[in-house]
Amino acid sequence: MKYEDAIKKYDPVIGIEVHVELGTATKMFDAAPNTFGGGPNTNITPTSLGLPGSLPVVNEKGVEYAIKIGLALGCEIAETCRFARKNYFYPDVPKDFQTSQSDEPIAAEGQVEVELSDGTLVTVPVERAHMEEDAGKNTHVGGATGRIHGADHSLVDYNRAGVPLVEIVTHPITGTGERAAEVAAAYVRTLRDIFRALDVSEARMEQGNVRADVNVSLRESPDAPLGTRTETKNVNSFRSIERAVRFEIARQATLLEAGEKIVQETRHFHEESGETSSGRPKSDADDYRYFPEPDLVPLQPSREWVDRLRETLPELPAQKRRRLLAEWKFSDLEMRDIVNAGLLEAIEDTVTAGAKPSAARKWWTGEVARLANQEDRHPTEIVTPAQVAGLVDLIGQGKLNDKLAKEVLSGVVAGEGEPAEVMDARGLEIVEDTGALEAAVEEAIAANPDVVEKIKGGKMQAIGALMGPIMKATRGQADAGKAKELILAKIGV
Amino acid sequence: MTESSAITPEQVEHLASLSRIAMSEDELKSLAGDLTTILGNVARVNEVAGDDVPATSHPIPLTNVMRPDVVGPTLSSEQALAAAPAAADDKFLVPQILGEE
Repeated sequence: MKYEDAIKKYDPVIGIEVHVELGTATKMFDAAPNTFGGGPNTNITPTSLGLPGSLPVVNEKGVEYAIKIGLALGCEIAETCRFARKNYFYPDVPKDFQTSQSDEPIAAEGQVEVELSDGTLVTVPVERAHMEEDAGKNTHVGGATGRIHGADHSLVDYNRAGVPLVEIVTHPITGTGERAAEVAAAYVRTLRDIFRALDVSEARMEQGNVRADVNVSLRESPDAPLGTRTETKNVNSFRSIERAVRFEIARQATLLEAGEKIVQETRHFHEESGETSSGRPKSDADDYRYFPEPDLVPLQPSREWVDRLRETLPELPAQKRRRLLAEWKFSDLEMRDIVNAGLLEAIEDTVTAGAKPSAARKWWTGEVARLANQEDRHPTEIVTPAQVAGLVDLIGQGKLNDKLAKEVLSGVVAGEGEPAEVMDARGLEIVEDTGALEAAVEEAIAANPDVVEKIKGGKMQAIGALMGPIMKATRGQADAGKAKELILAKIGV
Repeated sequence: MTESSAITPEQVEHLASLSRIAMSEDELKSLAGDLTTILGNVARVNEVAGDDVPATSHPIPLTNVMRPDVVGPTLSSEQALAAAPAAADDKFLVPQILGEE
């Protein structure tokens, strides 16, 4: 059954667990550096390895970041919470348990406002955000594909073991219907933007800083009880999240149509095919035998600390978009295009550097985007906001018109220097030769009496027909504003 | 502790499998009896602890033990692997992982 048919027949319910690696200097429970890369098994201490006699100590910065995330999601910050041992045997956890939080998370009950590409707002309810540690990394050796099946043995690197994580769990997200897959991806993107705004993580999906598990279930109607869910693990790009949800909805609908049952299990997403495949049956939470971590005493973040962190919260992406929309006076559509193109920051910085919002928007979404597109790069990779602001400034001073500014821009992109340098080097500055301009204007008026009549008759847009010959006569260097003034003066309108 | 919360050999078997401990039928039965008795004794705490006594996870009245986010000394990979039964490429070598991906 296709996704489009599946969502007509069934009501999808999704739930998302997002893990974010915090950008602290050290791990959550020991002083080993929290850095990406480095030789295998070098960023570790006896505590990272769970060696006998080692004791964990909580990283204060990790708690601070977790509280900030909780506050940004509108959660209540617990007055008291505990760490717990989540027990399971797998070689990537050297202690045979993961230090996590169970029934007492640091943050609970919040919500995230998610904006879809067409501007529709969806509120995603957050159940909890809790602190835990990352696991090490297994490499399976001997199998053809590097997967477990067929592997002779596995190699384990514990550099990542103990890296601070915050896991954010949603309540079931209902009522999204045909947009379920889109909402899932937009939600994770929104969280990513929030992590970056809070400066608690680099939040790079491609490095695994942010990882999502997506739960999907179907039911006959919104009034029916929740169906059996599957959990697709470690879906690591926005596009994959959307594809995984679409695939699961279609797959489950096909099974239900055939009268079969959905198996509660974890599934794996395959990037190449866009499909999911069966993993292991989902363990009952009881099987993890959670119990309070005896080596870590309870955490009771003082209300003063929480209030202080609340005061330092930066403006969040959604608030910022609303503020800038009001300040810049763009249309909703223009704003959405900017956000979807990833140009909000660039335009904001360009405006801060002195450009008018409309001019900044025009250049970034126009010529800069066009040049970037030719090279298959992002506009922000080929010029800086300061350079665009410089270009806009030269136009404002009357030294460049749009046509010449495009030439200057291509020079800047080619690495020839800053806009003013390129303008000087290429000799593109508009020469204040009023005599030449006047001559060109007179010539154009004389050659186009019909156009002149129209202008006299009040049809101002007819002036455009005179600009072509004037630009041609001045080799594109005429200031359009001045030319227009001269035309009107000479015609006597 | 009520009769209905007695530990069954099946529960012990499940727990043993989670803990990767092989146990005989006899061991499962006798351990089920022992655990039922132990839990029954521990459950007597409920008789004296009223609603005003919060669940206690730690006997020491300490909270908020934290350290600043400052990097400390680390092990070298040689040190880390010194006690490992097997290693390759500066990594711990473990037997093939079965049954899951």
